[in-house]
Amino acid sequence: MSELVSRGRFGRFGGRYVPETLMPALDELEEAYEEARSDPAYHEELAYYLREFVGRPTPLYLAERLSDHLGVLRVYLKREDLCHTGAHKINNTLAQVLLARRLGKTRIIAETGAGQHGVATATAAALFGLDCDVYMGEEDIGRQSLNVFRMRLLGARVIPVTSGSKTLKDATNETLRDWTASVRTTHYIIGSVVGPHPFPEMIRDCQSVIGREAREQILGAEGRLPDACVACVGGGSNSIGLFHPFVDDEDVELIGVEAGGRGLDTEEHGASLTAGRVGVLHGCETFLLYDDDGQIIPAHSVSAGLDYPGVGPEHSHLKDTGRARYVTVEDHDALKAFQQLSVLEGIIPAFESAHAISYLDRLAEETREAGEMKTVVLCLSGRGDKDVHQAEGLLTEMLDDEDVR
Amino acid sequence: MGGRLEACFNRLRTEGRAGLFPFVTAGDPDLGFTRELLPLMTEAGADGFEIGVPFSDPLADGPTIQRSSMRSLAGGTRLNGVLEMVGEVRADIPDTPLVLMTYYNPIIAMGLAEFVRGAAQVGADAVIVPDLPPEEANAIVEIMHDYPLVPVFMLAPTSTQERIELVNDVGGGFIYYVGQMGVTGARDALDSDLGATLTRINRVKNRPVLVGFGIKTPEQAAEVAGHADGVIVGSALIDVMEAEASREDKMRAACDYIASLREGLDRSKTVS
Ligand SMILES: Cc1ncc(COP(=O)(O)O)c(C=O)c1O
Repeated sequence: MSELVSRGRFGRFGGRYVPETLMPALDELEEAYEEARSDPAYHEELAYYLREFVGRPTPLYLAERLSDHLGVLRVYLKREDLCHTGAHKINNTLAQVLLARRLGKTRIIAETGAGQHGVATATAAALFGLDCDVYMGEEDIGRQSLNVFRMRLLGARVIPVTSGSKTLKDATNETLRDWTASVRTTHYIIGSVVGPHPFPEMIRDCQSVIGREAREQILGAEGRLPDACVACVGGGSNSIGLFHPFVDDEDVELIGVEAGGRGLDTEEHGASLTAGRVGVLHGCETFLLYDDDGQIIPAHSVSAGLDYPGVGPEHSHLKDTGRARYVTVEDHDALKAFQQLSVLEGIIPAFESAHAISYLDRLAEETREAGEMKTVVLCLSGRGDKDVHQAEGLLTEMLDDEDVR
Repeated sequence: MGGRLEACFNRLRTEGRAGLFPFVTAGDPDLGFTRELLPLMTEAGADGFEIGVPFSDPLADGPTIQRSSMRSLAGGTRLNGVLEMVGEVRADIPDTPLVLMTYYNPIIAMGLAEFVRGAAQVGADAVIVPDLPPEEANAIVEIMHDYPLVPVFMLAPTSTQERIELVNDVGGGFIYYVGQMGVTGARDALDSDLGATLTRINRVKNRPVLVGFGIKTPEQAAEVAGHADGVIVGSALIDVMEAEASREDKMRAACDYIASLREGLDRSKTVS
């Protein structure tokens, strides 16, 4: 009899809450990952593609005009927006496609919200000639039609999801349903550090390249560690990727920025860590948004990538232990930051990343009040091209009304 | 422990019959309907029931049960109400095993202990949580030890020998064999490996095996029953009710359908 232990725990979070059909596949995946992880050939291959295909290492760029504007913060941007396909998501999909090949799986499936993870998955699948199906909520298909076309262009099939709230959580349900039927031939590339073990750990390892590079780069640039690391939190992959290599550096503050949507006093936000409670969704135990009956409350954010009612279990643990703190930024402020970074630095950030940028205003205020100066590393998780169309509608009015220069 | 289930399976064994366990989503379209339907289906030939608690994100379920869950939630069904309904229906069908099937998060929201106490109090016999494999179930199983309520675990076509033994060791009541890869939903053909996997399970099992997922016709039910102690039929039953407009027609169609499955099952057992 196998031991009755829950695997893949971060403190009291994580685990493996999935139908029996998937349990053997998760065992198999865990084993394959352990094997790959200790195989220099896997790391060599991954390093090669990250360098030659993704364009790593990405720069750690000192945003001087933004820093001047904020006054008391010296802000370094970790430029994940410069990754091939325009966001950090490719760090994960590339590593997992390599893993899928080791497992002998010939088909890749993925869920996507903003479409960034879908594009990154379709890209990695195309690179190795694997079949690729991407599930996407109908609502998001409407918001991100260009990414839908990109995926198709890359040879992937985009399958619209019409159940539930027709967004990322429902696309995730549908991908898990597909996987339950297809697990013998198919690898599921989850887009963030969520899902059943070993996904959260495995994806965190893939994304930790962000923090490893940033740590080395900031030591090179400043001769010391930053005072704070800041990143937006949807499922939590770019943030955990930045945070993880700094977790043992106790003097480095870790700050995750969740989607405040239309405000925490409404039900329309994506702040599972700030305003949620512990539950089980999509295979792991973590902070979630749900009502008194345990029914999941659809998240809301202007950015499709933060529109998720759960969060990676490792973040729940970091919150629980107090090692990281989590704050929220509302739609309106994220939009302002979207425009602000464009004007000040010539960098159009993804709506998701704009949440992190926006938080700097508050961090600067706090820092000023404390009479301090801070060096900050911020993960600019993606570029904003995908959002420009949506922004046009939302921002034109604001641009006419306000002068943020 | 598990008194009604055990008695039911003993009776089936003596009579040489396979068990018929319909699944319904509680509260589709409302709890009053479910409350009325279960005794009628008992008369039509059902041996016990799986009563589904609707959940917003039913990841083990196909389109039929997804729709059914959404209808139930839209009608305002809550876990509390489902338990109350079970308590009421218990009075009408005192000996029929009632198995609650719910995803884990509604249980977490209610509180594990409160849920177990409540379910036992209203006369449920067992609980199946499709997203709670034995590895994660220690906490709730421990609480159940103090109540006449047993945890039922599932096996699937992918289950290894090791997992078959595990589920056989830790579960109670019966083993729920998921008869096909994938989610719930009526299928035109049964999994071709079904017999082989069930043979593997039957070799080690120390409790009855019920097969669910995908069964639709009386012929399929009969074929499955050749390898197992009974069948669970959910999506096909819900499809049958969905096709009718009025409550009366839904109930009549459900009972006719259950009667046809009963006939198919009994015919096959007398033939073999
Ligand atoms: C650019 C960008 N940043 C952030 C996210 C949020 O995901 P995560 O929290 O996993 O980094 C997404 C998700 O699609 C994204 O596209």
